[in-house]
Amino acid sequence: MTPRITLATAGRVLAQLRHDRRTLGLLLFVPAALLTLLWWMYEGGPTFDAIGPALLALFPFIGMFLVTSVATLRERTSGTLERLLAMPTGKLDFLLGYALAFGLMATLQALIAAGVAVGLLGLDVAGPTSLLIVVAILDALLGVALGLFVSAFAATEFQVVQFMPALVLPQVLLCGLLVARDELPALLSAISDVLPLSYAVDAMREVQVSIDPSIGGYALIIAAFAVGFLALGAGTLRRRTA
Amino acid sequence: MLDDFNLSVDRGTLTGLLGPSGSGKSTLMRAIVGVQQIAAGQVEVLGLPAGSEPVRSRVGYLTQSPSVYGDLTTRQNLRYFAAVLGTGPDAVDRALDQVDMHSHADDLVAKLSGGETSRASLAVALLGEPEVLVLDEPTVGLDPVLRRDLWNLFNDLAASGVTLLVSSHVMDEAERCGRLLLMREGALLADESPAGLLAQTDTADAEQAFLHLIDEAAGR
Repeated sequence: MTPRITLATAGRVLAQLRHDRRTLGLLLFVPAALLTLLWWMYEGGPTFDAIGPALLALFPFIGMFLVTSVATLRERTSGTLERLLAMPTGKLDFLLGYALAFGLMATLQALIAAGVAVGLLGLDVAGPTSLLIVVAILDALLGVALGLFVSAFAATEFQVVQFMPALVLPQVLLCGLLVARDELPALLSAISDVLPLSYAVDAMREVQVSIDPSIGGYALIIAAFAVGFLALGAGTLRRRTA
Repeated sequence: MLDDFNLSVDRGTLTGLLGPSGSGKSTLMRAIVGVQQIAAGQVEVLGLPAGSEPVRSRVGYLTQSPSVYGDLTTRQNLRYFAAVLGTGPDAVDRALDQVDMHSHADDLVAKLSGGETSRASLAVALLGEPEVLVLDEPTVGLDPVLRRDLWNLFNDLAASGVTLLVSSHVMDEAERCGRLLLMREGALLADESPAGLLAQTDTADAEQAFLHLIDEAAGR
């Protein structure tokens, strides 16, 4: 790994986004818009307070998963990845470059979404707002890592987009947003215990109900999943291909 | 795909690689760059294993389809790859000069024509003054003036000590190479100088020599 190459890669991904204003706008403002819609639906009542933080966990995960998986698939199919790997680029340079760039986008996205939810819509959380943002950024990195890994199993953009309902939606259904995880049938409850998004939503819930939330354990689990997916992703980046 | 294949190329030479589609030209080039999985055999570049870390920044590689980022400008593409290679910013301007792309340097690659896009991709391969250049169809889709200019560039590079391996479909270009390799079905059919090839086949130009050898090999 070479810091010069990692940073250049992150800068290049951000430069690509700068040329794509529409994607940039969608990435930054759609989560805040959806939270506003939710606030309107529940007229800002206690239900909004109850599910708002969980959605702050979901949006960056889903959004970054989609963007990263498509972007990496493009690198694989356009030959740019092969060119980079024929140069002195290390696999980690490539992976961390993407993680850095999209991590930065996720930070901006989370600042806007949490700022709108707490500042404008009056989302009521017991813990500090800054922790909502920290968890949102971790979720975004989790999405980036999963997207990088999954892109290896798709040959086309049609396929890679289908991984969203296949791999992400089950996590959304089982994460405790619709049915509390301990009230799920035993097998499903056990499955939800090994899905990363469950811990993201648990962490958000902790911030929501506790004045002095301790999310260290959750954060560690989410980070471990992200590192695990990145490692698996690194395994799919082959310098030599058939 | 390549079977019983032996080849060595001297430094500072320009070697042309010809052959029908599917004859293994790209596979051979990928093996030399070190991005091709190899079942058996050895490939050495500059005395080191192909694709090994120390040779990676000394070999420039142009893939057949342009591998540049469409949502960046030509200059942004070059700056990024220059940063990856660790070469100075003046390398970007030199590469733009070499492929005559200064006028399009700040256009998005996605908006360029096919020939311009492949020149942008070629510029990336030229970054950092590589000692070895492996170019897969660098002149495809270019007009005659640009093709001539690029072949002049390739000859100049060879004269300055760069080793070039260039594949092509255009036979009149073959005569600009010091040595010609003709491939068919993963095997080497001919390995001659352009003049030697014409003499051996008793033909007037490279295209006829090429067809003669291919027909002969196919038993026609």
